[in-house]
Amino acid sequence: MPLAASLVVALSLAPGHGEAQQPPAFRWAGDSEGGAPYVEADPQHPERVQGLDVEIAELIAKELGRASLFVQIAFTSLDQSAARGDFDIALDGIEDTPARRASLAVTLPYYEFREVLTMRAADATRFRSLADLRGRRVATLGGTTAYELLLAAEREHGVDAISYDDDVHPYEDLLNGRVDAVLLDNVIAERSMRRMPGLATQPDAVAVGHYVGILGPTRTELRDRIDGILRGAMADGRLEAILRRWLVWNDDQPNLYARLTQSSGEAAPGTADESTAVAGATGTPRPSGWTTARQYFPSLLSAAAMTLVLSCLSMALAVGLGSVIAIGRVYGNRVVRVLFTAYVEVTRGTPILLQLFVIYYGLASVVRLPAFVAALIGLGLNYAAYESEIYRGALEAVPRGQLEAARVLGLSDWQTLRHVRAPQAFRFALAPTTNDFVAMLKDSSLVSVLTVMELTKQTQIFATNLGSWVLPGALCAALYLAMSLPLAQVARRLEARWSAPGAA
Amino acid sequence: MNAPLEPSGSASLGRSPSMPLEIDSLRVRRGARDILRGVSFSVATRRLVALMGLSGSGKSTLLRAVAALEPFDGGDIRVGDVELKPGLRRPPSPDPLREQVGMVFQFHCLFEHLSALDNVCLAPCHVRREPMSDARARAAALLDRLGVGQRAGALPRELSGGEAQRVAIARALAMDPPLLLLDEPTASLDPARRRALGESLAELAASGRALLVTSHDDDFVRDFASEVLILADGEVVERGEPREVLSSPQHDETKTLLRGLVR
Repeated sequence: MPLAASLVVALSLAPGHGEAQQPPAFRWAGDSEGGAPYVEADPQHPERVQGLDVEIAELIAKELGRASLFVQIAFTSLDQSAARGDFDIALDGIEDTPARRASLAVTLPYYEFREVLTMRAADATRFRSLADLRGRRVATLGGTTAYELLLAAEREHGVDAISYDDDVHPYEDLLNGRVDAVLLDNVIAERSMRRMPGLATQPDAVAVGHYVGILGPTRTELRDRIDGILRGAMADGRLEAILRRWLVWNDDQPNLYARLTQSSGEAAPGTADESTAVAGATGTPRPSGWTTARQYFPSLLSAAAMTLVLSCLSMALAVGLGSVIAIGRVYGNRVVRVLFTAYVEVTRGTPILLQLFVIYYGLASVVRLPAFVAALIGLGLNYAAYESEIYRGALEAVPRGQLEAARVLGLSDWQTLRHVRAPQAFRFALAPTTNDFVAMLKDSSLVSVLTVMELTKQTQIFATNLGSWVLPGALCAALYLAMSLPLAQVARRLEARWSAPGAA
Repeated sequence: MNAPLEPSGSASLGRSPSMPLEIDSLRVRRGARDILRGVSFSVATRRLVALMGLSGSGKSTLLRAVAALEPFDGGDIRVGDVELKPGLRRPPSPDPLREQVGMVFQFHCLFEHLSALDNVCLAPCHVRREPMSDARARAAALLDRLGVGQRAGALPRELSGGEAQRVAIARALAMDPPLLLLDEPTASLDPARRRALGESLAELAASGRALLVTSHDDDFVRDFASEVLILADGEVVERGEPREVLSSPQHDETKTLLRGLVR
């Protein structure tokens, strides 16, 4: 149990424990969630990680004479985390991109992969290239070169690019028909083909790329030492042994190694060429922040529109269903009251993320909801529970005398609700409902886990490609404010109008 | 458009000799407490009957039982041709009781979100399904007759206590009930307005309705009621012509009550 042992060592050496002559642990980062074969939780011992990048990290640590310590970081946060200096290096099938080279210290490439197109076996002859997929949904992992390729193909061939947060669900959704093809690294594609029968992969590469380790921008000295270690491991076959163990060795690798070990210069020319080739395919040479902002602004705007439309529809569902639940809890018989109360308590007592996953993935075998519909239903059902509590409170806040006056006049329960109780409750409920609407605008960012491209997700992709959060974050915040401030303004006006109608 | 200060019912006149309100041995218990223990009386058309008694004597409970806002535990209440039985009532829909009795609450309970005029038309529009224009015209005429026509567009919170009460009376009258219940109508009025209200109520009674009014105000009762009932400890301890009962009270409770009222 090398990792467990190294963990113990690492912990005992954590800064603050003194022991001056012992070197600090070699902190390396990856994302063990669905990260096979790079970094994944060991199925037998879930507290440990395994994978080809785990072994490479341990190899490097050993050569450096330091104990290795794994740091779990979400895949999409690895770049920002590296820039902050949260760890020494991240190794997790990370692609070599111009953005990374510009903002971080990047090791030499240790693996060459091909971006390949996978589809259901029956479609293998129909969809030979991206050009054959006009109007079709093509999935990949968000924030990757493959996603950039798909965006380029969206403009060029009219495919519909769908971004996922992990590399397993795209293939599952391919099998169950939510998408028509997946573009991803051959390593991932081959692994998925082994796990899921019924898929086929086109032999021709859409593009070629490389995996690299990333370090904080100032860590060039450590990076150079690691490059030396990697070269040594390429020369003496230790790297090959690791890659063979994880079933990813192929003929592309000896060629890459030959190019890299010949030129022992600082930046291997072959590397630069190859990565420009990938970048070239996406049509985005490294531009300035403002140019990128201009480029991304339309997609941020359309993501903001998605956020707004989704929030409005979900809120409409929540208000409608919330009203029904509130009325049922106030007027219904025992059975209705118990059922609705249970619904409210279960919905409020469990995380909305879990609810979204259950609706989208959990129910997929029963009803295959499109992502947008699943997101709308998930947000709507969740918020309905909260809205219903507001409306129930508002209904009960209407004074008894108002209801008795209506009863004495001969109004039925329904007429009393419709003409007396609800209109008065509405005023009580207006402010908290608006408040929830503003919260909904922001909570809608959660549905990016269902591949819905809303504002926060688009910003994240933007930030990953730019290698900075400053500009994307500011734009994103401005767009959210542009949506929520007018809403608050409208609410204030309505409240003012209804609290003093004589003055209007 | 003629506002119905008189009940529109030639029907109600021709209907039967039955009283607008007959109460027989009414008993109400709340927990271990007897609120009303066998109260019997009736209110005939063109009569204004006043209920007096110390706070907690059961006056309001009696009115609420007649309006079927609270259940009672024994006895009989007959409102026109509708008979109320002890226990929880499951009202039929539409409820014939509502055509027989209207109520004006002590604190008016006007619908806060509706103008005075809309308060008055709500029931005619939705319960009687009168056309909106007819209902509004009748409501406006009623408000005029009660002296608050110029306040038709005001919201309840913009009305004075006296105005709100007149709007509440108009709202009850809009449904044209033969029996009208008023809970402490004089409580929030100054003497001049009390007099004006008394005259309006006497006029309502004279024009063919039955009125049952709770009050603490002996002057008002003396001047405008046709009969007074003194409630004490859940029973009617004294009843009769107001001037007689209030000038020479026989019962201790009545004396206490009147002493308390001397200002």
